[in-house]
Amino acid sequence: MSWIDKILPSGVSRSESTKRSSVPEGLWKKCVKCDAVLYRPDLERNDDVCPKCDHHMRIGARRRLDTFLDADGREEIFTDVEPVDRLKFKDKKRYRDRLAAAQKTTGEKDALIAMRGTLKGMPIVAVAFEFEFHGGSMGYAVGEKFTRAAQLALAEGIPLVCFAASGGARMQEALISLMQMAKTSAVIERMKMAAVPYISVMTDPIYGGVSASLALLGDVNVAEPDARAGFAGPNIIEQTIRQKLPKGFQRSEFLLEHGAIDMIVHRTEMRDTLARLLAKLGHLQLAEEAVNEEVVEEEPEPEVSDEVEIPLESPRDE
Amino acid sequence: MNPNYLDFEQPIAELEVKIEELQHVGSDNELNISEEIETLKQKSTKLTEKIYSNLSSWDIVKVARHPLRPYSMDYIPRIFTEFDELHGDRHFGDDNAIVGGIARLNGEPVMVIGQEKGRAVKDKVMRNFGMPKPEGYRKALRLMEMAERFKLPVITLIDTPGAYPGIDSEERGISESIAQNLAVMSRLKTPVICIVIGEGSSGGALGIGVGDHLAMLQYSTYFVISPEGCANIIWKDSANAPDAAEAMGVTSSVLQDLGIVDATIPEPLGGAHRDVDLMSERIKAHLTEQLDVLRQLALEELLDQRYQRLLSYGN
Repeated sequence: MSWIDKILPSGVSRSESTKRSSVPEGLWKKCVKCDAVLYRPDLERNDDVCPKCDHHMRIGARRRLDTFLDADGREEIFTDVEPVDRLKFKDKKRYRDRLAAAQKTTGEKDALIAMRGTLKGMPIVAVAFEFEFHGGSMGYAVGEKFTRAAQLALAEGIPLVCFAASGGARMQEALISLMQMAKTSAVIERMKMAAVPYISVMTDPIYGGVSASLALLGDVNVAEPDARAGFAGPNIIEQTIRQKLPKGFQRSEFLLEHGAIDMIVHRTEMRDTLARLLAKLGHLQLAEEAVNEEVVEEEPEPEVSDEVEIPLESPRDE
Repeated sequence: MNPNYLDFEQPIAELEVKIEELQHVGSDNELNISEEIETLKQKSTKLTEKIYSNLSSWDIVKVARHPLRPYSMDYIPRIFTEFDELHGDRHFGDDNAIVGGIARLNGEPVMVIGQEKGRAVKDKVMRNFGMPKPEGYRKALRLMEMAERFKLPVITLIDTPGAYPGIDSEERGISESIAQNLAVMSRLKTPVICIVIGEGSSGGALGIGVGDHLAMLQYSTYFVISPEGCANIIWKDSANAPDAAEAMGVTSSVLQDLGIVDATIPEPLGGAHRDVDLMSERIKAHLTEQLDVLRQLALEELLDQRYQRLLSYGN
């Protein structure tokens, strides 16, 4: 029994299903990894990374993009893309009804959110998977929105950043989902041919069709600490080879060791690191930023460097 | 139960046994029973027609996985001449689950790449049951890029239960190897024709499956996840695999309606394994026809058409 159970007033019982991960809604949240009870505002200030054990908690697509992009001038794009039930798929429930339920609980139309905005002054397009929507699975709507975002980046010559979290291709859209792998890979290849940067950020978890397409095709592949990514799920592999998997299998550290990703980046350093990378790929100078960027928001002063014509932040006084 | 026939084919198997017995009697006793045999043969044909005119999606999954179903190495010598197999990905090893090489189709040089499941037990093990590892996809990529340099059309034969789900596969980047193929095939400067000859399972199939023309044999299947896998996840019971097969639409007729598959190549009565030569002839005729069409396009047109088609998936 944890201490929180002891201090709960008698008569307030916590149901079995919520016992492991949650505390009463409100100001406190329990870390799923180390069980530390955390003060929510502290946690949020730390980008939902446990200050005690550094566990990167799963965060929603919208929060992801809101904390990643500059606060000013970001806007959601391609909101008209909606899922289509071409097969009229039905198991115990109709796919249509499952979609409606997912839309209701998440408030999203499907599992990908796209925004355009700036990262430390650099115009970029960013997309993020909403894992709470059908496990972030990729069907038509996800593939289409990703493709449109990439096409926009391509047309404007500005970088694309993708935060993926996905169980893979969406079964209920069957081969249409599979073909989204080919579609998204094709448009990424066009970006490569045009030298428009694409950074893929792998967040926990990424499997199957998303892993075998857009998530591993970045000019730079980045992963958050301890994220799981692989083609086949651990259960499938264990069933196939009939042995236990080694510790840390398919985790970020494993991916780095085996050459699948370029680096592991802590969530609180994501903005800085990606901005640095993109600035270099784009031959730009990046303004130095205050340590606590959420508090000090600079007035961007448009400047034109020798090489490019996009507005940059002015260097801070030393 | 006759292992050379599927469960729904057992009535045909019984008839065939009778025919064989009579043929034995005929040759031993020199009795004239040819009329009887002829009648039975006609009956067998009619029965096969009847059964095959009404196959469920799940039945077709079984035909596609039939133990006698022709594999890439059955078709290649019948369709092409001078097949010179090329080996290795130049980085790690050679993967026998994917075969590739330069051959001639009607005298013209082409690059052929196919997944191969292997027939006898030893063969199956050597081929890893047709489940490619990263080196297989990377070998295929190497051969495709070579085909681009030497202006050889690429022909791929798809037949796999999926990319290999194993530790070594993951260590060497199975996801990346497939993703890379998807990306490169989308812009390969040579015609690419893909044919699903048996089982097209998920990313493992798509890894050699992006091109200008996608055809399926009549009783082949193509799915994003095996019906058993889908049933396991959604229905929580793999016994619902027939329902999953139906719901996902794994056959060429459904996939052609969705605009994903361009053509269906009809199979001999009772499936490709009943007449491999005839099936090979039909595949060859189809390849010849489609290659003629694609060769008439200017390269730019070809690539634009392929890209637009990729972008249109699901619209």
